[in-house]
Amino acid sequence: MTRTLLTGNAAAAWGARLAEADYVPAFPITPQTEIIELLAEWMQRGAMAGRIVMLESEHSMLTAAGAAAATGVRVFTATSSQGLLYAMEMLYTVAGWRVPLVLVNVSRGLAAPITLEPDHNDVLAVRDSGFLQFHCATCQEALDGVLLAYRLAEDARVRLPVMVNMDGFYLSFTREPVRLPEPEQVRRFLPPFDPETLYFRAGAPRSQGVAVLGGAQYSYFRYEAHLASLGALRVFEEAAAEFARLFGRSYAPLETFHTADAEFAFVMLGAFATKAKQAVLRLREAGWRIGLVRPRLLRPFPAQALVEALGGLRGIAVIDQNLSTGMGGVLCSEIGAALLRAGARPVVAGYVGGLGGRDIPVEEFFEMARETKAAAEAGRCPPTRLLYTEEELRQTRALQAIAMAE
Amino acid sequence: MFRVRFHGRGGQGVKTASRVLGTALFHAGFEVQDAPRYGAERRGAPIFAYVRADRQPIFERGVIVRPDLVVVVDDTLLTLPAAAVLQGIAPHTLLLVHSAQPAEALRAKLKAPGQLVTIAPREVAATGLQPQGAMMTVGAAARLLGVVPRQALESAAGEELAALPAKLRQRSLALTLDGFDGVEAPGGPVRELPAEPAEDYDRPRWIALPFEDARIASPTIYGAGTSMLSKTGLWRVQRPVIDRERCRRCVWVCGTYCPDNAIAADAGGYPVIDYDHCKGCMICLVNCPSHAIAAVVESQAREAAAAGDAP
Ligand code: SF4
Ligand code: SF4
Repeated sequence: MTRTLLTGNAAAAWGARLAEADYVPAFPITPQTEIIELLAEWMQRGAMAGRIVMLESEHSMLTAAGAAAATGVRVFTATSSQGLLYAMEMLYTVAGWRVPLVLVNVSRGLAAPITLEPDHNDVLAVRDSGFLQFHCATCQEALDGVLLAYRLAEDARVRLPVMVNMDGFYLSFTREPVRLPEPEQVRRFLPPFDPETLYFRAGAPRSQGVAVLGGAQYSYFRYEAHLASLGALRVFEEAAAEFARLFGRSYAPLETFHTADAEFAFVMLGAFATKAKQAVLRLREAGWRIGLVRPRLLRPFPAQALVEALGGLRGIAVIDQNLSTGMGGVLCSEIGAALLRAGARPVVAGYVGGLGGRDIPVEEFFEMARETKAAAEAGRCPPTRLLYTEEELRQTRALQAIAMAE
Repeated sequence: MFRVRFHGRGGQGVKTASRVLGTALFHAGFEVQDAPRYGAERRGAPIFAYVRADRQPIFERGVIVRPDLVVVVDDTLLTLPAAAVLQGIAPHTLLLVHSAQPAEALRAKLKAPGQLVTIAPREVAATGLQPQGAMMTVGAAARLLGVVPRQALESAAGEELAALPAKLRQRSLALTLDGFDGVEAPGGPVRELPAEPAEDYDRPRWIALPFEDARIASPTIYGAGTSMLSKTGLWRVQRPVIDRERCRRCVWVCGTYCPDNAIAADAGGYPVIDYDHCKGCMICLVNCPSHAIAAVVESQAREAAAAGDAP
C-alpha cells in the first residue's frame, strides 16, 4: 500500500480505476474535469481497461450511465454543480430503475450569480432523487468512498445508485497524503459485479421504468426504494467493517471526533469539517468539552446515530454550507427533526456559512462555540446566523457602487 | 505547522513549484497539503498556491492568511495590489523574492516587517514568463525551511517534472538544486507560528445582513463599461509594440483580431494600443500582414519607459 500525495480529483479517479469500472460516460465541468482527464489518459495508455465516452451533456451522460448499468456492467461517472442539475431528471429516473452506479459530484455553488467555488446546494438539490449520498472530508475518503459506494450500490439488498460528494477546490484541487490500496486487496473487497437480474440485452428485451397509473403501484415502487435506502445503513456498516479489516481505515456512517465527554459539538458536512476539528483541538486546550459530529452518509440519513451522538449534549452548532431559500440550513432542520422525534432537546444553534467557497476561519468556530454555550445557558435556540462580517459587506458595497446598483 | 504561500503569474510554473515543495516535504517525513488557487484568471494574471506541512495530520484548509514563508516568483507582482503578495505577513514571515534587485532595497521599498531574501534570475526568457525562475525559487524555498534534505528536494523535483522532455527536465532539476545551494537564511530557518489560542482570539465582526430589495440585491451590473475598470494590462508579460515605419494602417486587421478590443485608430489612421487593457496575448502580432508589431518583454519595456525612452 503506497502512500502518496493526490488531489481529491485524482483520488476519486483512482477509486474508479481500482474498482475496475467498465464504462465511464463523461462530460467535463470545472472543478471535476481532472477526474475524467485522468481516466481518459489511463484508458488510452492501457493502464485501465474499460471505455470512456464523451457525451454531449450531463443529461445524456446520466442516461448512458443508467442504461449501461442496466446491462450489468460497472459504471462510473462524475459531474458538478450545474451539470448535476442538468442531469437531475435522469438522476430520479435511473434511481427508479434500481440500477447500481457510482457518481462523484464535486460540489460547486449554483448559479446565479455564477461561481466556481464550493458549497453543498448542488448535492442537496438532488437529496431526494434516490441516490445514496456519501460525503467526503479528505482526499483519502474520496478514494475509499468510491470503493465503499460500489459495495453499497451493487448489494442485492440495496441496488441503488450512489453519489460520492467532495468539495471543489478544498478537496478537488488540493493534494493530501493518500494510501493507494493494492489492486489485489481491492478485488477481495469488491469482487467483479454480479449483475444477477440486470442483463438488459437486445436479444432479451424487457421494459424498464414502466408507466403505472392510479398511485398504488407508484407508491409501492417509490417506497420500496426508500426501504432499500434505509436498509443501506446496515449494509454500509457491514461493508465498512470489512473495509476496516482489509485496509485498516474505519468508516462509520457518522464520524465523531472528541464527543465521548463532550457538552457541545459542531455538526457539519464535507471538507470544512476538518477545520472544525482544528477548532475542537484548540478549544479543548482551553478547557472546553467540545467535539465534532459529521455525517458521512446523508442518504440514508443516520438518524439514530445522530440522536445517540447529540441527544445528550447541552448545545450543538450546526453549520450548513448550503441555504434552502426561505427556510435556512438543510442539515439543521433535518437534525432538529431527528432530535425532536427522539425527545432529545439540546439547544441547536444554526449557522449558514461557507457559501460559494467563503472561508470559515478558526476564530469563527471559536465564536460559534461561545454563542452556542451562551444559548445553552439561556435555554433558547438562537435564530439562524449567516457567517458574514462587516468587512465583507463593505466590500460588497464597494462593488455595488461600481455596478451602480442603488 | 509550516505555512508557505507562492505568488507568480499564470504560466510561470507556480503550481509545479508548489508541488515540488509539497512532495519534498512529504519525502522529508511531513504531512503535507498543497493546492494552487485557480480562478477565472488567464496566462500572465497573478495567481497563488500554498503548501502546509506539519508533523501531524493537517486539519486547516484553504487560503493561508498568516504565512511563515512567502515565495514570490515574479517581482513585478510586489507592487501590484491585486496580487496581495504582502497580505498577512508578520515580523516572523520570511519573504523570498526572485529578483535582480538587492534585498535591502526591496525590503525598504516594501516596508516588509520581517526578513527578505532574494535569489537573482539567471536570464530573462524572451517570453517574459521565466518558468525557470520558479524552479530556482522553489529550491531556495526548500533550503530556507531548514527541514528539507537536498536529496528529498532532488527526488521530489524528479517526480513532479517527470512529464517534461528530458533536456528541459535536466535543466529544471539543475536550477532547483542551484536554488537550494544558492541561498542562506539571514536569521536562521523559517519559523512556524504557534497556534492561536482559543481563549484569546480576534472576534469576528459579524453582522445581520439587512434586507434590500431586488433592484439592489440582484447580481446585475447597471453601469455600462465597467470592464474598463479591470486592468487586464497587468497580466501582460510581453508588450506588443508597433513600428510605424512598417505599419500600413490597416487597423481593421489588428483591431479586429484583438480579443480585448485594445487597438484603436488615431487621427492619422495609425493603430494605438491601450496598454491598460492589452493583456499581451500577441494575437495582433501573429496576424499583422506587414510584421509591424514586435514583442518586448514587459519588465524591460517598463524600465525603458521609466528611463524616459519610448517603448
Ligand atoms: S495590422 Fe499591422 S500593419 Fe495593419 S494597422 Fe495593425 S500594426 Fe499596422
Ligand atoms: S497583444 Fe495585441 S491582440 Fe493581444 S490584447 Fe494586446 S493589443 Fe490585443
